[in-house]
Amino acid sequence: MNVPILRMLDITKDFSGVRALDGVSLEVARGEVHAICGENGAGKSTLMKVLSGVYGHGTYGGVIEFEAEEASFRSINDSEAKGIVIIHQELALSPYLSIAENIFLGNERARNGVVDWNKTNLEASALLARVGLRESPATRVLELGVGKQQLVEIAKALSKRVKLLILDEPTAALNDEDSEHLLNLLEHLREQGVTSIIISHKLKEIRRIADRVTIIRDGKSIETIDMHGPDATESRIIRSMVGRELTSMFPPRKPEIGEEIFRVENWSVYHPVDHTRRVVDGASFHVRAGEIVGFAGLMGAGRTELAMSIFGRLYGRNISGTVYKHGKPIDVHTVEAAIANGLAYATEDRKRYGLNLIGNITVNVSAAALSKLARWGVIDRHREYKVAESYRERMNIKAPGVDAITGKLSGGNQQKVVLSKWIFSGPDILILDEPTRGIDVGAKYEIYGIINELAAQGKAVIVISSELPELLGLSDRIYAISEGRITGEVPREEADQEVLMHYMTAGKD
Amino acid sequence: MSTDTTLKPTPKAPPRKSPINLRQYGLLAALVIIVALFQFLTNGRLLMPGNVNNLIQQNAYVLILAIGMVIVIIAGHIDLSVGSVVAMVGAVTAIAMNNWGLPWWAAVILGLLLGAVVGAWQGFWIAFVEIPAFIVTLAGMLLFRGLTLVLLTGGTISGLPAPFTAIGAGWLPPVFGEVAQRDSLTLLIGIVASAALVLQLIRTRKTLQRLDLPREPVSSFGIKAAGAVIGIMALAWLLAGYNGTPIILIILAVLILVYTFVLNRTVFGRHIYAMGGNLFAAEMSGVKTKWVNFLIFVNIGVLSGLAGVVSTARAGGAVASAGQNYELDAIAAVFIGGAAVQGGIGTIIGAVIGGLVMGVLNMGLSILSVDAAWQMAIKGLVLLLAVAFDIFNKRRSGGR
Ligand SMILES: Nc1ncnc2c1ncn2[C@@H]1O[C@H](COP(=O)(O)OP(=O)(O)OP(=O)(O)O)[C@@H](O)[C@H]1O
Ligand SMILES: [Mg+2]
Repeated sequence: MNVPILRMLDITKDFSGVRALDGVSLEVARGEVHAICGENGAGKSTLMKVLSGVYGHGTYGGVIEFEAEEASFRSINDSEAKGIVIIHQELALSPYLSIAENIFLGNERARNGVVDWNKTNLEASALLARVGLRESPATRVLELGVGKQQLVEIAKALSKRVKLLILDEPTAALNDEDSEHLLNLLEHLREQGVTSIIISHKLKEIRRIADRVTIIRDGKSIETIDMHGPDATESRIIRSMVGRELTSMFPPRKPEIGEEIFRVENWSVYHPVDHTRRVVDGASFHVRAGEIVGFAGLMGAGRTELAMSIFGRLYGRNISGTVYKHGKPIDVHTVEAAIANGLAYATEDRKRYGLNLIGNITVNVSAAALSKLARWGVIDRHREYKVAESYRERMNIKAPGVDAITGKLSGGNQQKVVLSKWIFSGPDILILDEPTRGIDVGAKYEIYGIINELAAQGKAVIVISSELPELLGLSDRIYAISEGRITGEVPREEADQEVLMHYMTAGKD
Repeated sequence: MSTDTTLKPTPKAPPRKSPINLRQYGLLAALVIIVALFQFLTNGRLLMPGNVNNLIQQNAYVLILAIGMVIVIIAGHIDLSVGSVVAMVGAVTAIAMNNWGLPWWAAVILGLLLGAVVGAWQGFWIAFVEIPAFIVTLAGMLLFRGLTLVLLTGGTISGLPAPFTAIGAGWLPPVFGEVAQRDSLTLLIGIVASAALVLQLIRTRKTLQRLDLPREPVSSFGIKAAGAVIGIMALAWLLAGYNGTPIILIILAVLILVYTFVLNRTVFGRHIYAMGGNLFAAEMSGVKTKWVNFLIFVNIGVLSGLAGVVSTARAGGAVASAGQNYELDAIAAVFIGGAAVQGGIGTIIGAVIGGLVMGVLNMGLSILSVDAAWQMAIKGLVLLLAVAFDIFNKRRSGGR
């Protein structure tokens, strides 16, 4: 290891009086994959925004040296000019433009201001081949899944002759297959001399790909661990992250399963645009009181579509089938009716569907159950405040107070606000779609504890997750879905990854 | 609420000082500065009792429309038709009184109902057919202006009954006589309003204290309360020395109180902010977004009707060109008052102060006999500067 490509020394960053970074130092060697780990709100994303010039020189304290030169980036353009490219936690592609247009956006292949389409498409094809994406450069981005969009982002970075690639939770929204592909790509790029920094809560990935890991806790850098060294274990990283030992990933639980509460029969849903496509095909399932039921499936299997079509017909058209609660058919035609009948659905896409980002924590927590806090249409704001405050404590939401704007919380803490909102709505049947996406290991344990507690109160809980270990550790029973059909139902005792994978890919060629 | 996990409770955040709300204070400060500036430029004529009275009576329509408009804008829409609705309602009420012989109060009710019908019409297209409000109300702007021209083919209608014109140009009767040659009723209203305001401020502060929430330091709280009392009493004193309390001022005060309550304290108000903040999330939380949209437009329809009644009463007659550009005044007032173009942010009181800024500008420039063309240009610049100042403030207060 010779001269490091990047040194960040004693970085501090305040947000209107709240210190997000408090003397963080980071050293990245040329050609390595360097991981950054830390709890939600530790300051990882903020550190990377400082590095890439999103927060420009002068808005933070400390020194950044890039390629042995002191750097003072005032904007993303400055850092990109030096070969630092960041891919944010939330992807930033323009949906209506083609892949090629997105790759060269702001960097057009043009002569005298006129775009050279041949060159654009040709170079785009070459870049797509490099990242292993088999799509035409003319495809519009909105037609791609998240995994492929991620690859387009990387292709875009490569087009800028990237030396240091920063990925903020790139695999949070990816399934195993896409994640695997991405990690392979990173390894490949490492061979070609691209240095990368990756932020992730998935320790398995970090162990697989990272050369070194720097741990950040409460805005301070704790240590850097050499992943090729002897003590590079997951539990070591966790200890360093949360400051204590975490003996098991799942809190203990004694399931007490009662009567059936919720039953869906013969549920079919057609695609909202393509009217001939059946997205959910005759799905039938049930959940009992106190039971946690998992839904496993590959990306695009129709799990979210199933849930959203049940919850107030938010998705799809030509919906048929019946929903029963305690054996009686219930009305779930509108979200209002679904909520009134005791359903709750916590979405996987918190920014788009889950949160009012310009509103504070309080208004978000109460949003789905205002009627509980109101009399004659007038809100009791003291009670509302107390409710929000109690959830902040219970869910361990890291924020200066419940009047903090949710858009300014870290990703994981936003997720906790979404969960709080639906738990507060007091449902009998709770559908959680990727409840731990972007959440750190310590907080995952807490959220599992909360899910267990809800089940212990006799609620029916449905968990949709792309992480099989999570489903296996949490559920009493697991349904596998493939191409819109329920292809298997496996009790906890018989479930393992292999069995589930078998059903999840059933009917696929 | 205990969970059986190893989590340690978050240590209670240390008490924080509330960051001073630059936005609201900045706006008030801007109003005070503009008033002071014109007071100086006009050699003290701006704040002469007669002018203060006219300021209120002449600008009542902007304030009423701004109240409706800020709600629409918070929800993420816009309404371009209010000026035309004002004209049409004015024409219909005038015709109802002069040609159909309706009593004045029935004509007023008719005017408000007509506003509601117009609002329901536009609300239907916006909420249920899902045509963008910009288009629907642009169409409405043409449609209702056209209908007004049809209604008033006979020309201007004037000679409206006195109780009707009093709504826009009259005062409360001097029931308690005078003290020191000033109307006692107006002074009394001023005292009651000040007391109520101070009580309310103290109550809010007590609640914050009880909940251990951030609150401003005692000193600035005191200054705020004293400033409010001085402002109200000065206004009452000036008005009492003229003709007393304009009836429209009472109407305005009631509207401001009611709508502030609706937006801040009711489920309906919260739904409006939620929809402006994130329409999808609101829908997924069970907000009946269509009905909320519909009601918002019915509401601004009724308020436009009221503004039509008020401005017709003030003018003493109906003309086809009434209400020209009122939508722009109202929209400008709302944005000067700190509302966000994308929706989700805005307050009634901000919109009202924004409306007053526009009003003082109008009045001051008229006293200085600046011609109408320049007045318009200056108002445009003020709007731009106000919003630029707002954006600058937001940037400075941290991050993106
Ligand atoms: N624009 C902002 N304004 C105010 N506070 C902010 C802003 N951005 C981040 N913060 C605060 O800074 C802290 C660090 O946030 P950051 O997003 O860096 O966390 P993170 O480590 O990336 O967490 P996660 O794993 O949840 O994504 C958080 O407490 C957050 O609330
Ligand atoms: Mg982050």
